[in-house]
Amino acid sequence: MKHFPTILSHEIRMLLVSSSTYIAAVLFLALMGFIFTGILENYSHTPRELSPSAVFFQLFWIPVFFMVPLLTMKCISEERRHGTLETLLTAPVSTAEVVLGKYAAAYLLYLGLWAATGGFFFILTRFAPDSRFIDLGPLLGGYLFIAVSGLFFVAVGVFASSLSRNQAVAGILAFALLFALIIGLKFVGTLELLKADAMAPLRNVVEYTNVFRHLEDFSRGIVDTRQLLYYVSGGALALIFSILGVEAKLLHS
Amino acid sequence: MSDSSPAIEVRELAKTYAGVTAVNKVSFTVGQGEIIGFLGPNGAGKSTTMRILTGFLPATSGSVEICGHSVAADPAAIKRLIGYMPENNPLPEDMRVGEYLHYRGRLKEISRKKLGPRIDEVLELCDLKRVRHRIIGKLSKGYRQRVGIADAVLAEPPVIIMDEPTIGLDPHQILIVRDLIASLRGRMTVIISSHILPEIEMTCDRVLIINQGRVVAAGTPAALRKEFLGANRYDLEVAGDPAELGALLTSLDPDVAVEEAAEPDADGFRKIVFTAPSGDIREALWSALAKDSRFRVRGLGRSRHTLEDVFLAATRRSWDATDAPASRPANVA
Ligand SMILES: Nc1ncnc2c1ncn2[C@@H]1O[C@H](COP(=O)(O)OP(=O)(O)O)[C@@H](O)[C@H]1O
Ligand SMILES: [Mg+2]
Repeated sequence: MKHFPTILSHEIRMLLVSSSTYIAAVLFLALMGFIFTGILENYSHTPRELSPSAVFFQLFWIPVFFMVPLLTMKCISEERRHGTLETLLTAPVSTAEVVLGKYAAAYLLYLGLWAATGGFFFILTRFAPDSRFIDLGPLLGGYLFIAVSGLFFVAVGVFASSLSRNQAVAGILAFALLFALIIGLKFVGTLELLKADAMAPLRNVVEYTNVFRHLEDFSRGIVDTRQLLYYVSGGALALIFSILGVEAKLLHS
Repeated sequence: MSDSSPAIEVRELAKTYAGVTAVNKVSFTVGQGEIIGFLGPNGAGKSTTMRILTGFLPATSGSVEICGHSVAADPAAIKRLIGYMPENNPLPEDMRVGEYLHYRGRLKEISRKKLGPRIDEVLELCDLKRVRHRIIGKLSKGYRQRVGIADAVLAEPPVIIMDEPTIGLDPHQILIVRDLIASLRGRMTVIISSHILPEIEMTCDRVLIINQGRVVAAGTPAALRKEFLGANRYDLEVAGDPAELGALLTSLDPDVAVEEAAEPDADGFRKIVFTAPSGDIREALWSALAKDSRFRVRGLGRSRHTLEDVFLAATRRSWDATDAPASRPANVA
């Protein structure tokens, strides 16, 4: 892991000069801004039970669907298409260092963009000193959830990028995988089929992977290690598959 | 590792891509400090061989040793021994030249303290000082090529492998790149590939001609000429009856073979190319023709064989060998 910092700083720099990063950032902040004002407007008319921050984080999947693919789709596919993967991997670095460096760079940027939404809440506290609006618990829980679930989601994006030399294909693949992971599993959880008693173990598994449940728990301040484990091991698995993917492609190229 | 041990030793190397044999039992050794050229038509297997040498691709069978380290068993050590410039010289488009070399230097484990001076040195060597702060994507092809070479030599590895370093350059840029490669002579072992013959001939100590995944000829350019086109070849411009001329030539050297006889031009002179295997017959021919009133001579010269002729002869010979039915079973198996 000697070269990890070198690759990480290089990748961050490359992300910062890439146009898709800025597209992701602008789309993300604009969308989140709209959502946030929409929520506030709603709250100013009718008092609600949930705090605005909880509602805000419930919509986390909207930006995840486009932001993660935009940040990660290039990372490996572009190097392969350009042939720079060949110069990179013939330098004294390992595939693991390369994949982890790229992953960490995308993850940090992902966190950075989410952190920018902290500004919304900051402005809210400055100008609406009504403590009814600001509930620190769900807010921190929400950000923690974003940080933890991002470990997995960004790894999925990196994995998709390791499979194709075409960044558009990688982006769409990342979108599809994330959709299956977030919406697909939630939908499976609601299937009649699983309600049967015989399906109880399967139902538990599906329940365990329900991302929205995790968010709810985090917002209520419940941090379950099993949920942490789900994201950490999911992320690790996706990264291992990315490393294997890069190496297998070399074997068969 | 003693100085006399070979820098690169390749034994029975073979590579098959999904049933297509790209490299077929190639063996060769390269001594330290040698500059060696891989020559072969497109699809001959030059790039595949080079990628296996760098450890980027695994071989299907056979072994490669670089400075005594096995590529298959010790890829990490190999990466530190080789400076590699792949085919088409891929470079990140949106980095500056200096930044790129700095990044590559860090990856190649040059210490921070040494890296700055070393980058200056390499920029000087490759004449890149002027473009140090330019974006790589906006550089001309000649500069890009030199950035690739600068990267290959950056960590001063004992072995440099460059895949078609002069492809797509104009003659002036080719000259610069050639001088650059020649300046590495003696300090580093260099392998370059090309399908452009004069390049190889001028820079390389030894040439390996590869066709269809096989080494079909190897040696110094001079030795190859001798092996493949032993005979001396002459160009003669003469006016007169070709049949009588043939008799005269045979009287000088019984083994003369006329390769080419052109139609006579407006003045009655025709160009004749012939070979005479034994010794130089120019002087004897000249005086015989001068004395003989049947012929008028305008020119006589001995043409030097270019490596191109050797290359064509060697590849033709290998096509013949593979087209022969006897070698088919070996190919299929
Ligand atoms: N990735 C690959 N997959 C399948 N076949 C390949 C691949 N790369 C090269 N080949 C085949 O291997 C042979 C040798 O190719 P290559 O080493 O690139 O030749 P050269 O560099 O001498 O032009 C060619 O027939 C080519 O089609
Ligand atoms: Mg090639």
